[in-house]
Amino acid sequence: MATPLSGQGAVTGIGETVYSRRSPKTAFQLQIEASLMAIRDAGLDPKQIDGIIPIGITGAPAEAFVTNFGIPDLRFSGLAPMGGASPIAAVQMATAAIMAGICNHVLIPAGRNVSSGARAGVRIHQMPQFHLVTEYELPQGNIAPAQLYAPMARRHMELYGTTSRQLAEIAVSTRANAVRHANAIMKTPITVEDHQASRMIADPFRLLDCSLESDGGAALVVSAADRARDMPHPRVRVMGIAEGHPDSPSSITQRPDLTRLGIAKAAPIAFGQAGIRPADIQVAEIYDCFTFIVLCQLEDMGFCAKGEGGAFVSDGKLRLGGSLPLNTHGGLLSQAHMLGMNHVVELVRQLRGDGGATQVAGAEIGLATGYGDMGDGALAIMARS
Amino acid sequence: MSDTVAARPVPHPDADSQAYWEGAAEGRLRLQRCAACGTVRHYPQLVCSHCYALEVEAFDAGGTGRVHSWTVAHHAFHPAFKGELPYTLVTVDLPEGPRSLGRLDPASAGALRIGLPVRVSFPRDAAGTPLPVWTADPAAG
Repeated sequence: MATPLSGQGAVTGIGETVYSRRSPKTAFQLQIEASLMAIRDAGLDPKQIDGIIPIGITGAPAEAFVTNFGIPDLRFSGLAPMGGASPIAAVQMATAAIMAGICNHVLIPAGRNVSSGARAGVRIHQMPQFHLVTEYELPQGNIAPAQLYAPMARRHMELYGTTSRQLAEIAVSTRANAVRHANAIMKTPITVEDHQASRMIADPFRLLDCSLESDGGAALVVSAADRARDMPHPRVRVMGIAEGHPDSPSSITQRPDLTRLGIAKAAPIAFGQAGIRPADIQVAEIYDCFTFIVLCQLEDMGFCAKGEGGAFVSDGKLRLGGSLPLNTHGGLLSQAHMLGMNHVVELVRQLRGDGGATQVAGAEIGLATGYGDMGDGALAIMARS
Repeated sequence: MSDTVAARPVPHPDADSQAYWEGAAEGRLRLQRCAACGTVRHYPQLVCSHCYALEVEAFDAGGTGRVHSWTVAHHAFHPAFKGELPYTLVTVDLPEGPRSLGRLDPASAGALRIGLPVRVSFPRDAAGTPLPVWTADPAAG
């Protein structure tokens, strides 16, 4: 059931800075550096970029990149205000713009410096998407993403018997990959017992269920698949891509089903475009702001039935060498929180065969997901071909 | 020193939220419904997503419900809440349709479960804001 979008776009360039916790550089500096890496990785000159979709509400507008790179003819710019789902939503937007003939090479830059700025608990209340939470729930002490998402996990645990130790497996397997990865912040292996001993933040989330706050930049270049054939790296095409928004997208409190994310609506579209099933995925870079969000997405995408995620993740299949290697870069939990752009960069690296110490042997088709703004979702199925 | 503690977050009542906060000050859970078809919504919105009428009216809900889910805060993401840890936030199914998010009365913590019948009151917090606190009440079912 290939659709017009399937296979028409390719990620031709990837770039990412060193990830750290205390960068002296501004978010825009980090975006510029990552962008230059991605553009050169694609074998392009910055002046060939004719589309830009900047990621992150505190980021610079497209015209700041035009100014710095001297881009002569920007034909397309857009915004994807979906939090951590933005990078993949932007890849969809870029692919559509390229297919429509509007532009040829779209730069998607992300970058942040949160060590010198506001932390997530304060930051989100400056965003218009959160105004209902800010007006009705912030005064009660419902402040940070950990607290907003915890009732989804608690409900899942009460309905289906999901346990904290099952969530721990996601943190442990992800950390093991970060320890081996060349550009990851967290380098100390952890066990399920370490997870269980970590302090409670927002029950049921312990510290080791939560992602990092980190600094860095990451960027992509998306081009037409037929042009990508002549570009420097093995061609990684976007075979299926979609975004989805949950019911009651601006209030988790009012959401009919707390355990159903926006990606549940997007997954059948993306898998349909790609003409594959979840079981065909060889490597999965799944947005992991919290361990539970990984488990919930796996269910919502159909890797297992709703309620079976706890058992699904517990048998070691998520580890390197397992049947569904997860977050080979260490994810937001242990590599860096780069809004999920790092998940897309890592997927492309894996499919090129450049995954280094955490390369999944023979990986030719894989998945990256994004999640953000209280439940928005996006997924991209990519393949080397 | 008290001036080093950031101010407690307060609501900023506007045309949408004013009725809710006025009701809270009177100890009532005041919701919004469509003046044309009666569909109840919370939080307030500009248009009825069922019949698209723009006219709204406020009404007082019964003030009872059942626990849908919860979280217990053990970390203060804002310094104003540090002295209140741990505190429980409950999501409550209202018989009127929508949900309410509020604090759980600490005296009810031992009874916490999905489906627990609860009743609301609106004590004022340290900043003088009347906030919903839900207490276990078998008669609230």
